[in-house]
Amino acid sequence: MKLLGRIARDPVALAGLLVLAVIVLAAIFAPLLATYPQDVTTYHTAQRLLPPSATHWFGTNQMGGDIYSRLLFGARITLMTAVIAVAVSVLIGVPIGLVGGYWPGFIGDGLMRVSDVFLAVPQIVLAMAIAATLGPQIQNVILALSLTYWPFWARLVYAETRNAKNEIYVEAAVALGVPPWRVMVLHILPAIAPSLIIRTSIGLGGTILTASALGFLGLGPPPPSPEWGRMIADARAFLPGAWWNAAAPGIAILVLVMAFNLIGDGLRDVLDPKLRGQARARGGAVD
Amino acid sequence: MRLLGLIARRLVWVPATLIGLVVLVFVISHVVPSDPARILAGENATAAQLAALRHQYGFDRPLPEQLLRYIIDVGRGDMGVSLYTQTPVASEVWRRLPATMELAVYAMAAAVLFGVPLGVAAALRRNSWFDHALRVLTVSGLAIAAFWLAILLQLLFAMWLNLTPVQGRVSDFGPSGITGFYTIDAALAGDWASELDVLRHLALPVMTLAFPAMATIVRFTRAGVIGTLGSFFVDYQRAMGVPWRITVWRYVLRSALTGTLTQIGLVFGNLLAGAVVVEAVFDWPGLGQFAVNSILQSDYNAILGFTIYVGVMFIVVNLLIDVGQVLLDPRGR
Repeated sequence: MKLLGRIARDPVALAGLLVLAVIVLAAIFAPLLATYPQDVTTYHTAQRLLPPSATHWFGTNQMGGDIYSRLLFGARITLMTAVIAVAVSVLIGVPIGLVGGYWPGFIGDGLMRVSDVFLAVPQIVLAMAIAATLGPQIQNVILALSLTYWPFWARLVYAETRNAKNEIYVEAAVALGVPPWRVMVLHILPAIAPSLIIRTSIGLGGTILTASALGFLGLGPPPPSPEWGRMIADARAFLPGAWWNAAAPGIAILVLVMAFNLIGDGLRDVLDPKLRGQARARGGAVD
Repeated sequence: MRLLGLIARRLVWVPATLIGLVVLVFVISHVVPSDPARILAGENATAAQLAALRHQYGFDRPLPEQLLRYIIDVGRGDMGVSLYTQTPVASEVWRRLPATMELAVYAMAAAVLFGVPLGVAAALRRNSWFDHALRVLTVSGLAIAAFWLAILLQLLFAMWLNLTPVQGRVSDFGPSGITGFYTIDAALAGDWASELDVLRHLALPVMTLAFPAMATIVRFTRAGVIGTLGSFFVDYQRAMGVPWRITVWRYVLRSALTGTLTQIGLVFGNLLAGAVVVEAVFDWPGLGQFAVNSILQSDYNAILGFTIYVGVMFIVVNLLIDVGQVLLDPRGR
């Protein structure tokens, strides 16, 4: 809570937090907020491709579905995908990085060589291959993103753990006979938590971009699922006429990813005074 | 000498990483048992034809044996035949490589050419309206979905303003030449009409790829310059009366760029990842499109071949960056 208060003093990060809160609430209360909640699955071909109006705020798509309502339900898919995928990849990558960084010799080298293999091609290529093999379903997208994103965390934690291991308080703990797992979990992990939190926020944004790219390429949940990337792909056939069809989901992705990035920037300023005003890496998944 | 040592130490791991990559992609593409022979044979194939095909391609062998055979073949320079096009994967990749490299090189050039001066300017006018405006631009550059930006540009420049073609690499056959870079081939041939055509086709995909790359470079250059401006040597040069222009562009920039250079590896990775999606939108006949098609058609050999090429490119670029870093920053020597 103290953390939230400190972030809230940075106007840019506050803007990010507010936008994120609005989108999360919109996703949770989608059935109440949607003007045509049934339009996620039903077709009204008589009302196809209507421009934005008072009855259809963001217009309708090629099936006559209300785009505003579909966006709300799509936010659920997007947020769920990103949160689960990042959580799983953190849970895999962080322990690997901790162990590797704690014993940097044979074990550390071995673990890092394995993560090098994953990092030797863009994440989206491996994720595409996995998602395509397993079939276009939301669980498979989440699995594909998790399995390809953990090496990023392993690398990050590995480097930070190696640095932390040279700190006096870690040496002291080791000298006192604290067992390795306790040193890692109770002494090193808290020290590297700030940079993990920052990267998590930016990583959520990056994962949303990768997930929507998978959806756009047809590897996400199939229609009528209101996945944002797929909505944009389906809208292409009706350009330039029905531009609103492609515009709305793209803006939704932009705003949501921007919110995560701004929060990440704000967190960096608050949590990591050393880095203030310094390099801000794009820790996203597409990197 | 230290430089050679660095290169040698890194090169030792390259084959191991690549073999690991092949194993990984092989496992991924064989997790779900599917029957490539069925794809090859078509709908009306008899059981006997299927069996013959499986035998011909070695699909009837145990998976570990198929994997080992593949690794040995690749070691000999044979990447197998694309199951769909029936052309050798290696020649298909080589045919498509220039298209992707042309995109990536122009996008990288545009990103550096605009990104570095903008980053320096933002650092010198810190917290001015210019700095804030640029921050909004770079933050959105990192948050925009590449495929959506591509569609927006198509809508604006191709469909509404009619300035550029919607998609494709060239209007008819494209200039013939040795490099495969159409801009260079057309210039060498002195064919200015097709040079213009090629440039018009390049404009939108390059813009799509360059925008996020530029955003990254602006941010790192700005941060690097701000960090360096606080050093003692800047105060010293100022006190000595060295012209500010020279201090900034010759000395500060050099020191600040070491940070930017590390990011170029990241940016290059982003460019390749972006190319996958951008080539799909612009129907660009490069490696990205090849990757998407072969993944969607579960064309194993093509997927594996593409992955190996990209892996090699990645490793080489990262090695070059490490070398560049040592050259730029004498402390690393």
